[in-house]
Amino acid sequence: MSPVTVVVGSSVGGVRTAQALRAAGYDGDVVLVGEETVAPYDKPPLSKGLLAGTSTTADITLLTEQAAREAGIELLLGRAASGLDVAGRRVELDDGERLAYDDVVLATGARARPSPWGALPGVHVLRSLADATALADDLRQGGPLVVIGAGFIGAEVAATARGMGVADVTLVDPAPVPLSRALDVEVAGILARLHAENGVHTRFGVGVEGIERVAGGLLVRLADETVLPAATVVVGIGAVPNDDWLRDSGLRLDDGVVCDAYSRAAEHVYAVGDVARLPHPRRGGLVRAEHWTNAVEQARTVARTIALPESPLAHVPVDYVWSDQYDRTIQLTGRTGGTLAHVLVPGPDPDRAFAALYADADGTFAGAVTVGWPRALVTCRKAAGQDTGTSLEEIRQALSAPRPGVRKEAAR
Amino acid sequence: MAIVKADLELCQGYANCVVAADDVFDLDDDGVVVLLRAEVPESDVDRVTDAARSCPVSALLVETP
Ligand SMILES: Cc1cc2nc3c(=O)[nH]c(=O)nc-3n(C[C@H](O)[C@H](O)[C@H](O)COP(=O)(O)OP(=O)(O)OC[C@H]3O[C@@H](n4cnc5c(N)ncnc54)[C@H](O)[C@@H]3O)c2cc1C
Repeated sequence: MSPVTVVVGSSVGGVRTAQALRAAGYDGDVVLVGEETVAPYDKPPLSKGLLAGTSTTADITLLTEQAAREAGIELLLGRAASGLDVAGRRVELDDGERLAYDDVVLATGARARPSPWGALPGVHVLRSLADATALADDLRQGGPLVVIGAGFIGAEVAATARGMGVADVTLVDPAPVPLSRALDVEVAGILARLHAENGVHTRFGVGVEGIERVAGGLLVRLADETVLPAATVVVGIGAVPNDDWLRDSGLRLDDGVVCDAYSRAAEHVYAVGDVARLPHPRRGGLVRAEHWTNAVEQARTVARTIALPESPLAHVPVDYVWSDQYDRTIQLTGRTGGTLAHVLVPGPDPDRAFAALYADADGTFAGAVTVGWPRALVTCRKAAGQDTGTSLEEIRQALSAPRPGVRKEAAR
Repeated sequence: MAIVKADLELCQGYANCVVAADDVFDLDDDGVVVLLRAEVPESDVDRVTDAARSCPVSALLVETP
């Protein structure tokens, strides 16, 4: 009998693992289980083009039924996994079916942290396609919109809503600046100004006390007693890993499925993407990366390891995330923010583009955020991925040096 | 030989391709992908295909005849 790999979770981590198994020449059965009934789709557009209405469900589909068939991937949609029997090598589904496996990949991702202020009508979170569609419907009715949480998703929703013509948008966060977990106050302050310049009211440094439903809409009550009227509220306060279904599996769970450097949670059990927590050689300790590129890269290494078990591939969490806000692409790589020292380097168009470079106390480059300057991101990302330290000064000079124009002739 | 194609309209400058294969992909000053080579030999196809698949907006294609 041919071997079976069961992949649980059908978003980018799961779909890419299934596809990469085939690309790596795996000739066993590949079964992809997903709780949602819609065809697997990609998430970054949910706060960007799909919310704005500039991209469609078809545009963000990761795997059609036909593509699955052609690749020899058995798709079990609308089926949730409810348990894992590691010793017996079986995945239990919530309808009672048990799927035997030789290898299993856990790719159940994360869900939006629910609103601690109640789930009233008009109060949204944003994680799934259904969430995005419901939010888009409300935003098309106009504002006011209050976004609670100025992390990546909250900041993107505020920006997209402005682009959709929502007139009255307020972004609230108890931290003094947006993206406070990833950036220092100075750089985050520049992004706070970007919101203000684009007509978003910002209320940073003040928490939310509660949300009430009144005739004609919602009221968001802030800690300083301000009351913000809203037609729509978005709560973007982070995500929690979908690892509850593994509670009785005996696997080590600690805000995610704890894995070794090979993404292995146990013999023949691997985890990929937002649900996986694994050792980070450059940060020390275990890290749960919650970014697209990490999920894709980890899917590839895990698939290769399953297909060619005699040469397992280690996975180093990829410290890279992009975020599109207004007309800027914001890109972060490596370690940023916190107490790291930083310098600002102006981009080719200094009004629109810059890089903030971060360094450890000894001047070794640690990471960077670039705004509107993807070329600088490339330099910084390559340096951040190296084990031998580069000095911040070296990166600064590389970014500041004029460079010969790249040849465009080969492009078609 | 395989042929590499890029959709310059779709490209957002997310740069995953350049980090994966900087002998084939680069970005111009506006952050749009530039193909340094339009053809890659058989021995490079797997690596360049992985780089193309790392594009978050699927702007890249590696076509094997
Ligand atoms: C709105 C939004 C915007 C984003 N924008 C960016 C961005 O610009 N850049 C970036 O780098 N990253 C971004 N991300 C993060 C990126 O999308 C995630 O890192 C990525 O989706 C992780 O993929 P995953 O497959 O591990 O998990 P998920 O995408 O969370 O998918 C998990 C899947 O598993 C399914 N599932 C859960 N439990 C079960 C179960 N018990 N049984 C069966 N199936 C189950 C879920 O339904 C889901 O389909 C964004 C995320 C969101 C939500």
